[in-house]
Amino acid sequence: MKCVVPVLTVLVVFVALWYAFAVVLNAPWARDRAERAGTELSFTALVADTWAQEKPLLPAPHQIAAEVWHTTAEMRITSKRSLVWHAWVTLSATFAGFAMGAALGILLAVGIVHSRVMDLSVMPWIIASQTVPILAVAPMIIVVLYNIGVQGLVAKAAISAYLSFFPVVVGMVKGLRSPDRMQLDQLHTWSASRTQVFGKLRLPASMPYLFTSLKVAVAIALVGAIIGELPTGAQGGFGSRMLSGSYYGQTLIIWSALVGAAVCAGALVGLIGLVQRLVLKRMGMAT
Amino acid sequence: MSGILLFALAFWLAAWALNVVLARHPSRAVRLVVPVLFGAAVLMLWEGVTRGLGVPPVILPPPSAIWAALISSGPMLWADFVQTFLRAALTGYVLGCGAAFLCAIAIDRSPFLQRGLLPLGNLAAALPIVGLAPIMVMWFGFDWQSKAAVVVAMTFFPMLVNTVEGLRAADRIQHDLMRTYAASWWQTLVKLRLPAAAPFIFNALKICSTLALIGAIVAEFFGTPTVGMGFRISTEVGRLALDTVWAEIAVAALAGSAFYGVVSLIEKAATFWHPSQRG
Repeated sequence: MKCVVPVLTVLVVFVALWYAFAVVLNAPWARDRAERAGTELSFTALVADTWAQEKPLLPAPHQIAAEVWHTTAEMRITSKRSLVWHAWVTLSATFAGFAMGAALGILLAVGIVHSRVMDLSVMPWIIASQTVPILAVAPMIIVVLYNIGVQGLVAKAAISAYLSFFPVVVGMVKGLRSPDRMQLDQLHTWSASRTQVFGKLRLPASMPYLFTSLKVAVAIALVGAIIGELPTGAQGGFGSRMLSGSYYGQTLIIWSALVGAAVCAGALVGLIGLVQRLVLKRMGMAT
Repeated sequence: MSGILLFALAFWLAAWALNVVLARHPSRAVRLVVPVLFGAAVLMLWEGVTRGLGVPPVILPPPSAIWAALISSGPMLWADFVQTFLRAALTGYVLGCGAAFLCAIAIDRSPFLQRGLLPLGNLAAALPIVGLAPIMVMWFGFDWQSKAAVVVAMTFFPMLVNTVEGLRAADRIQHDLMRTYAASWWQTLVKLRLPAAAPFIFNALKICSTLALIGAIVAEFFGTPTVGMGFRISTEVGRLALDTVWAEIAVAALAGSAFYGVVSLIEKAATFWHPSQRG
């Protein structure tokens, strides 16, 4: 609770700075227009103008808020101009990709922990692949899948899955290995089989690690879905909103898509955090 | 043509069997040989499947074709590398990490700011900051400056959060020792707290090295001069010249790994005293 006041203060300062920057960045355009109209702008008129332009270089926060409100609450959800509809397009790809990526990552982690050959041969490549700019591959995946006949949701979900699978593998391997020598020896003295060791010790012990990496994975799955919408000029989603906004110079559209994406990312991470707290509490591991 | 497929399958099985045998005798050499053998087997299988089954090159070109493209279009790939990596990614990386480092030291003196900025920084690190790319292109133009700006925005928050965390890493008892030496705030910072923060800072530098390259490449999807890795990937994909695309990805992968490797080497030299480096 003692964080609330500092966080709010920082937020207020941030918003104030934003308004100041909006004035600085949008002022040349406002002056230019006033000059052409042959009028002189007073300072207050200038400020008012920079906060209410139609295509500002940096829109003021209240303009973005108005645009977001206009495209979410004041439109039918099924309308193609509704931000909720675009959010759903992106989120459905995110969910599908995240589920595939997480499942694949967990399976691979189980294999790596139980097979020494897999550990030695696959793990270094997985770690090395973290250093590769994977997002660069996205346009190619879309086109290749299109050539095979897969497109739309599945293609985007494939990118999300590809991106979200790495953090899950690394975190899950760490988690499955987290039981120490003593605990493993204890189960050995009870002559537990490998399946029993896995089900009763390794899997429960890996849960905190799993949830931490799931949070990273879901955030990056959303980024993957957004990037996946860029190259094909997809019909809907945050990515296509940003692209069309940048083509037509409609900064308000870009910013509202950004805000929408940020809210979705926060909500997804928060949702996983909630599940984490419930599960860990149920398992008696909550701190 | 199925001869090469059979050979590739046989090579894969032989490599896997050899790896199974090798894995029973752990040593330093085995740790190196096993992954290399696995990588070679994957490449061989890739070549065999694409050539043996006649996979069209617009879906998956064989590694040999990618290698040929890599050799034949060397100067173009080099120009893209200079534009995207040396100009955009490196500049943005240095500016973003440097600014975040200075910021972290500045807010370190105020617990109030720390409590206010840390939760927001953590939140910002999870946001899809790549989405700022079209706006940065609008502000800074099509050339590498806008890409560097995206990289600055992407690397700033992970670096800030980690550095602030690291500056808190020194023990109470170590602080007390510095106090008994009558060390000033600056002396404590330089001689105790920055070294103690080094593992956290290098961790952030490693995370940011990957983010920098991703940011620079993705920002190029939103408009660039006619050079650059992201530009090349999106246009060559449009022309269905997938071997060039794969060659570009190979360059990006090499650049990313080398960047990460260099940061790790510096880390090893700078934090040789830390338990994780002594193993």
